[in-house]
Amino acid sequence: MGPRGALERFSGDVEGRAFDPHVVRRMLAYLRPHWKRMIIATLLMLVATMLTLLTPYLIKVAIDRYITQGDSAGLNRLALWISAAFLGTYVTTVSQSYLLSWVGQRVLATMRSQLFHHLQKLSLGYHDRHIIGVTVSRVINDVAEINELISEGFINIVGDVLLLGGTIIVMFSMSPKLALYTFTVLPLMVLTTWLFARHARVAFRQTRAKIAAVVGDLAENISGMRVIQAFAQENASQERFDTVNRANRDAAVGAMSLSFIFLPTVDFLGMLATAIVLWFGGLAVLHDQLTVGIMVAFLAYVTRFFQPIQDMSQLYTTMQSAMAGGERILELLDTQPAVADPADGQEMAPILGRIELRDVNFLYRQDTPVLRDINLVIEPGQTLALVGPTGAGKTSIANLIARFYDVTGGAVLIDGIDVRTVTQNSLRCQMGLVPQDPFLFPGTIRDNIRFGDPTAPDSAVEAAASSANAHEFIAALPQGYDTPIMEGSANISVGQRQLICIARAVLADPRILILDEATASVDTVTEVLIQEALDRLLEGRTSIVIAHRLSTIRKADLICVVQQGQIIERGSHAQLVAANGLYAQLYARQFVEIG
Amino acid sequence: MAQALTSPIAMRKTGDQRILWRCFGYLRPYWRLAATTYTATLCITALSLITPQLMRWVVDHGIREQNVRLLAWSVAGLLVVTLIKGVLTFYEGRGTEVISQGVAYNLRNAIHQKLASLSFAYHDQTETGQLLSRAVQDVERIRFLTGRALLRLAGSIILSIGTAIVLITMNPTLALLSMAILPFLAYRAYSYGKQLRPVSLAIQQALAVLTTQLEQNLRGARVVKAFAQEAHENEYFDAENNRWFDLSARSVWLQAINAPLLDLIANAGAVLIIWYGGLLVIRHQLTLGELVAFTTYLGQLVQPIRRLGTIIPAMAMAASAGERIFEILDAPSEVRDAPDAYPLPPVSGHVHFEKVSFAYFGRHQVLREINIDAQPGQIIALLGATGSGKSSIINLIPRFYDPTTGAITIDGHDLRKVTLNSLRDQIGIVLQETTLFAATIRENIAFGRPDATDAEVQAAAQAAQAHDFIQGMPDGYATHVGERGATLSGGQKQRVAIARALLKDPKILLLDDATASVDTETERQIQMALARLMQGRTSFVIAQRLSTVRMANQILVLEKGRIAAKGTHQQLLNTSELYAQIYNGQLKRD
Repeated sequence: MGPRGALERFSGDVEGRAFDPHVVRRMLAYLRPHWKRMIIATLLMLVATMLTLLTPYLIKVAIDRYITQGDSAGLNRLALWISAAFLGTYVTTVSQSYLLSWVGQRVLATMRSQLFHHLQKLSLGYHDRHIIGVTVSRVINDVAEINELISEGFINIVGDVLLLGGTIIVMFSMSPKLALYTFTVLPLMVLTTWLFARHARVAFRQTRAKIAAVVGDLAENISGMRVIQAFAQENASQERFDTVNRANRDAAVGAMSLSFIFLPTVDFLGMLATAIVLWFGGLAVLHDQLTVGIMVAFLAYVTRFFQPIQDMSQLYTTMQSAMAGGERILELLDTQPAVADPADGQEMAPILGRIELRDVNFLYRQDTPVLRDINLVIEPGQTLALVGPTGAGKTSIANLIARFYDVTGGAVLIDGIDVRTVTQNSLRCQMGLVPQDPFLFPGTIRDNIRFGDPTAPDSAVEAAASSANAHEFIAALPQGYDTPIMEGSANISVGQRQLICIARAVLADPRILILDEATASVDTVTEVLIQEALDRLLEGRTSIVIAHRLSTIRKADLICVVQQGQIIERGSHAQLVAANGLYAQLYARQFVEIG
Repeated sequence: MAQALTSPIAMRKTGDQRILWRCFGYLRPYWRLAATTYTATLCITALSLITPQLMRWVVDHGIREQNVRLLAWSVAGLLVVTLIKGVLTFYEGRGTEVISQGVAYNLRNAIHQKLASLSFAYHDQTETGQLLSRAVQDVERIRFLTGRALLRLAGSIILSIGTAIVLITMNPTLALLSMAILPFLAYRAYSYGKQLRPVSLAIQQALAVLTTQLEQNLRGARVVKAFAQEAHENEYFDAENNRWFDLSARSVWLQAINAPLLDLIANAGAVLIIWYGGLLVIRHQLTLGELVAFTTYLGQLVQPIRRLGTIIPAMAMAASAGERIFEILDAPSEVRDAPDAYPLPPVSGHVHFEKVSFAYFGRHQVLREINIDAQPGQIIALLGATGSGKSSIINLIPRFYDPTTGAITIDGHDLRKVTLNSLRDQIGIVLQETTLFAATIRENIAFGRPDATDAEVQAAAQAAQAHDFIQGMPDGYATHVGERGATLSGGQKQRVAIARALLKDPKILLLDDATASVDTETERQIQMALARLMQGRTSFVIAQRLSTVRMANQILVLEKGRIAAKGTHQQLLNTSELYAQIYNGQLKRD
């Protein structure tokens, strides 16, 4: 089946600009710390270019002045000179390319680090709106594309222009007439290269889209293989895969065929230039208007002449993708965190735990109100249970208290202090979260438990695990606390993950706890363990629970029934049942269901 | 010389060779095209050998002997040779591409087909990312091997030998002198590749670590923020990022010193020719034209050997890529159609387990001597702790795995004697983890029956309580699900999956009555949909709620792979302590 439609839409992207002064200026700024290295590299390149131009001339001298004149001593001397020129080329090329590539990689690493740090600053609103894979590709792929331009692109333009200009000058100075004849091929060369570059860009972009479609389809079929087999759809999925697979093959053959037209054409044009040198040069030699040495030197220059032109056509593509990548990266770097620390850097004092929501309004995106005029007070140590249908705004209330988002109207006060007037770090290090989906990071169980305090000693980790009813199963694992958490967690069950998440919150010892109750079903024994662990965790802390279990709800000091962004009922369990409203209805239904 | 160059491969373990030969085996369907392509290569080589000779004529006979006609002919000859060479190059290139892309296409299709035929036991042990990288990058390496690498290898060897012969016939001393640099060149090219390879691999791994770290950090953004661990995450990322940089800097250094070194060695050859050749010209033992031709030939000799420097490491990489690919292709499928399998006729739904035992990967005993007899239309509720064997019973019925001993029959047909397709066509499955495909909602519901009419699809959606929310979406049934389409909530996905199973109208139903993270109202709707789904079918339910248990005709309480108790709700309440425990546990819970 595959995300074909989406990918095909994707492949039709418009051609980007190859030069955007704004992007280039911002990107060049990354080179500033390395300006000394860049200047040295440029100078070295100048020398390398000159040496490259020098050698055919030296060969010409060898032929005209020594070989045809029979001067073997002179030839010996010249051979040494040529060797020296080659050696010089080697040394300058090595140092120049090492310097440039080193700078390129350094800039790449700097950009990645900067992007990562910036992502940590962005609020959750950003992460909600962006697909993780796309953000990853910004940091990994786009950065690499820009690097190609920074480390090689800019300097290569300079190098190619120099080489081209130098070659033209040297050829003119040796024989203006022959040079002019030879250059007649130049327009043809430029035209061919331009035509090819234009078509190839389109063709290769298509190939990339096609291989992406193959990957997409295959990825989906592999992860959905159980369903495919369960519904006996192996043949249908094979046919669909065959279609994208074949399209990829044909697109690749088509795109490469273009290259196989281009390369021989370039070869032919090169040979045409050589033929011109041989014919006109040969005739001139016959008429003693030219030396054989100059002709041989010309033959050498002609081959050097076309390389820069082809390089430059390549460069155009590199620049195009670098500009596009650069724009995307700048967009990310320029995104201001929606939730920002106050300018005065005021820190939150140790929290007692009184939470107040005062006339809170919250718009998620423009014109979609999520919360309307919420007023709510939770006293220190109390547990608030939020109940209501999906999308009612329960999670938003919890998110505003942790300041994952900022209110659009009203204020969230903790111990009477507006959360927007203190730093996020000082606020959140006094908070804890048990997420609905028991998210663990790659690393050992121990690393995960002490996530909130990486310096916590092993004894604290074990104490937290014991309190979270997790110690027993962890100790029973062959590697104990050092058991690595694997992707997809084949080694640890969902229930056990929940216990680890609870242990993580226990160790952080927060003053305010946000508990998004998990709904994934676990077996009865684990369920009891989780329940016990949660009871222990909630004790003595101000807690906001997005509740699904009646047992949790019943124990809460305050229950708020949220519907369409408003609190429509509030009170204790007994009060709400007696009021016979929506809560009573929900409760009755669930109760009947449970039997 | 060619011998000397290929020997590093021969030195490596013969396993690599066997894999490479097997890779080349995929060329067989294309042998005609391959033969034409390699003939073109041969012709191109011959033409390449002629070109310097024509140049030599220009200098020696055209210019020295003042023969304008010969000059004209030689120049024209050069152009014609290049033209022919160009046309041949096109065919050679295109042929190579068609062949190698064909090999990649066949390999990818074969991998897909194999993966579709491998049983759950295989998919339990593999990661999607791993399989993908094999089907994409590793196949790409084999494509390079069977395409350009092989062609270049053949072309290089032929051209080198041809050039060497021509040079020796022209002037043996100068030829030997100019070829003196070749061993150095070959050695440097080879050792460059050898040095670079482990570094490149390490860089790749470092980048993979970096990517995973970033991805997991983004996935856990809420947790990172909630625990105020941004600074620590930064440190952690920077450490890995610096590790990547150190490796990159090393690779950059290796490339910077080695690539120009190959040029330097080749240039040393050119100097030798100019110097010694020039002396020969001075002594009249060589013509100027021959000298020019020699320098051109040297270029032809050096180029292929430099290329071998990249091809040999590529071949080694291809061998390990091939190994990984064949690991998939050779994986034995544990569940297969028997050679004499017959299609299962339409069943009434009588499912019978006879002393069924099952062990995962032959080691972990999961089920022990299970006997079940489910009459058509009955609901069988499975209860027990995680790991007690509930899912295994469910998985054995559609033959996702085969029992280690014992037999399962449906309407008296042993499952191992009927075809998989005909069996699975009559079974519907709704599990807690719902996988939907990136396609329209309609396509997802009609997944098991692509030929279903719109009316049937809608009826199934209605019965699954999914019609209303689907109608509410911007594109209705044509709404795209998945990464770039609309995202469905857990409860919505579950109902689409129920509709998908309903549309199949199976006689046997396997389900998990747990509801994903949904609110109570949605939960009630899903329960209603499930109850409707079970009507008139033999249903095996992993029961999480007592309402299901009370409806069940038989309740099986599992403990450590055995049926600890069996009966109806009322019977078990009185007889089974374990059942009472579970029952009370749940009651206490809510």
